[in-house]
Amino acid sequence: MTPKEKMAIPPQAMPQQDAAARAHNMNEVALGYTAEMAKTEASRCLQCPTKPCMQGCPVAINIPGFLAKAADGDFAGALDIIKETSLLPAVCGRVCPQEKQCQKFCTMGKLLKDVDKAVAIGRVERFCADLARETGAEKPVACAPKTGKKVAIVGSGPASITCAADCAKAGHDVTVFEAFHRCGGVLVYGIPEFRLPKAIVRHEIESIKQLGVKIEPNFVVGRTRKLKDLIEKDGFDAVFVGTGAGLPKFMNIEGENLNGVFSANEYLTRANLMKAYLEGSADTPFWHGKKVAVLGGGNVAMDASRMALRLGAEKVYLVYRRSEAEMPARKEEVEHAKEEGVEFHMLENAKRVLSDGKGAVRNRGQRIRPRRRHSCGRGRQRVEPAYPDDDRGARDQQARKHRRRSRDEYDINPRRIRRW
Amino acid sequence: MNRIISKSRLSDNVYKMQIEAPLVAQERKAGQFVILMADDEFGERIPLTIADADVEKGTITVIFQTVGATTTKLSRLEPGDSIAALLGPLGRPTSIRGENGEKPGHVVCVGGGIGVAPMHPIAQALKAAGNKVTIIMGARNESLFVMKDEMAAIAGENLILMTDDGSSGRKGLVTEPLKELCEAGAVDEVIAIGPPIMMKFCALATKPYGVKTTVSLNTIMIDGTGMCGGCRVSVGGKTKFVCVDGPEFDGHEVDWDQMLSRMGAFKPQEQAAKEHVCKAGIFK
Repeated sequence: MTPKEKMAIPPQAMPQQDAAARAHNMNEVALGYTAEMAKTEASRCLQCPTKPCMQGCPVAINIPGFLAKAADGDFAGALDIIKETSLLPAVCGRVCPQEKQCQKFCTMGKLLKDVDKAVAIGRVERFCADLARETGAEKPVACAPKTGKKVAIVGSGPASITCAADCAKAGHDVTVFEAFHRCGGVLVYGIPEFRLPKAIVRHEIESIKQLGVKIEPNFVVGRTRKLKDLIEKDGFDAVFVGTGAGLPKFMNIEGENLNGVFSANEYLTRANLMKAYLEGSADTPFWHGKKVAVLGGGNVAMDASRMALRLGAEKVYLVYRRSEAEMPARKEEVEHAKEEGVEFHMLENAKRVLSDGKGAVRNRGQRIRPRRRHSCGRGRQRVEPAYPDDDRGARDQQARKHRRRSRDEYDINPRRIRRW
Repeated sequence: MNRIISKSRLSDNVYKMQIEAPLVAQERKAGQFVILMADDEFGERIPLTIADADVEKGTITVIFQTVGATTTKLSRLEPGDSIAALLGPLGRPTSIRGENGEKPGHVVCVGGGIGVAPMHPIAQALKAAGNKVTIIMGARNESLFVMKDEMAAIAGENLILMTDDGSSGRKGLVTEPLKELCEAGAVDEVIAIGPPIMMKFCALATKPYGVKTTVSLNTIMIDGTGMCGGCRVSVGGKTKFVCVDGPEFDGHEVDWDQMLSRMGAFKPQEQAAKEHVCKAGIFK
């Protein structure tokens, strides 16, 4: 096929559950390609000799290599290539922000002047992984001869799972220590079932166990056993600390300790890991707000707002202080959230949370509408408060996207304030 | 793992359990707690203070009251059964006067209800550090006292019992003898552990005398490692996480109304869950 012919192949859309139905169920939203779709999509790859896509991939998967196999219908061969550098294709195919990684550099996307028309690398990756898992066709991964070295991995999230697999493949004796009772880190406590089915995470954990990786849940390194003791007394030769972002950062605004105000970590952990989403079977309670405001614009904010809808919220407002272009969330998640009925409020921020006088959130919050400020060279634009907006509805709950400390700071210093 | 070695019933709805947890037993210090689950599929995670530990045997002791679904489920486990998940030791250890740079002095320990259980290792450590230890124990009636003999062994004649109905010791609230002791002027420090409302009033009682008062908070937690922020409470105007910044705080600085309100956030659901568990138990 000539490049021109390849350019003429329409990008394959991802089949998905109908928005109205899925907003009220926990099943996975994206249903996955058929073999025919995966083949067609893979055949759009131009096989650039410079492989620009690979520079966008944190683990440098040989992307043109696996796409060529997939285009020939050899999905098992494609998966073998992926697994040379990544052991988590079913997860990465679903949750990586491909439009900011591999697909950002795709020549096809550039030729068609739209990153959304780049080869859907993640979707093909996902298909190859799902097919092998569902048909039981996965091949055992070969490990190097034992080195006799012991490695401790702290945490069991995506970074830790990847590190554990690599160390095990290199022949080391690996133990993963996890504080929670279930392994997977953010893949199990944070990312909801409808975006990443937990059966897949369990499967991936099983696959690292098959490499000989030992897993110790209910173990906080530093508390249950000191790091020093792991090295000096237990004979670990190396330790990988993959503990993630740590403490949620609150905004330090009035009313944020009221009942009904949650960090996204708490909100999503209750819903996902503690299974509050399975109504009636979990002991861990959930705050069923009728009107929910979610502050933030990342994947976590999308997850929290879509979870709120699924757990009975009538109205969900997503409040973000910058504009949509600066949202760090995956584009697909933003689109899904909008389709499901989440109401987006851009260039706004929360000023304070009002109390109902009984310790809980009152159904009106105060917000400010910031004015954009020019970019200061590095990072995303900063904003400052400027003018008020019209009144829009009420809220009786606020689920908060926690801000990580690495994000740039901002001031709340409104000249005028409005309520919502 | 986490096998129950022994179980005894201390009063109507208070149980004591010795659980195999060698690493926790080794690392724990007075004032620290564990998070446990009675069922690691659909159960919740609850914090319980470590009342005692035996490094040789590799066990820890917890004392709990059946107040919700999880404690009710726990109370149905028997020696030989295992606790589905147990994580710890968590939180900061108690700062023991005499070990923390301050001179030993007179410390009053106030334990309300099963708050006496977590107080036990603290009182022991205080005594060992050379402090004069007075213990005030409070309960609704005599049958609800736990660990009276153990506490008497530490405080000797300085053990003051208070009951609401006068069935044992003096009739009245723990704050009465606390105020009297402060009034007499010979108190250097107070540690109060018990129901939140009792701790609040202990802090209010000592405030006029400027006596340092430490309280141990038991807010709602999920992970217990600082990841969720569910346990947060304002202390001295700043948001603190009970799981990693506490569980002990200066009682004069705690925003008690906020704390009490946060503890009741899920009351209706918790009640429903407990009733569900209790009813299910009838057919067991």
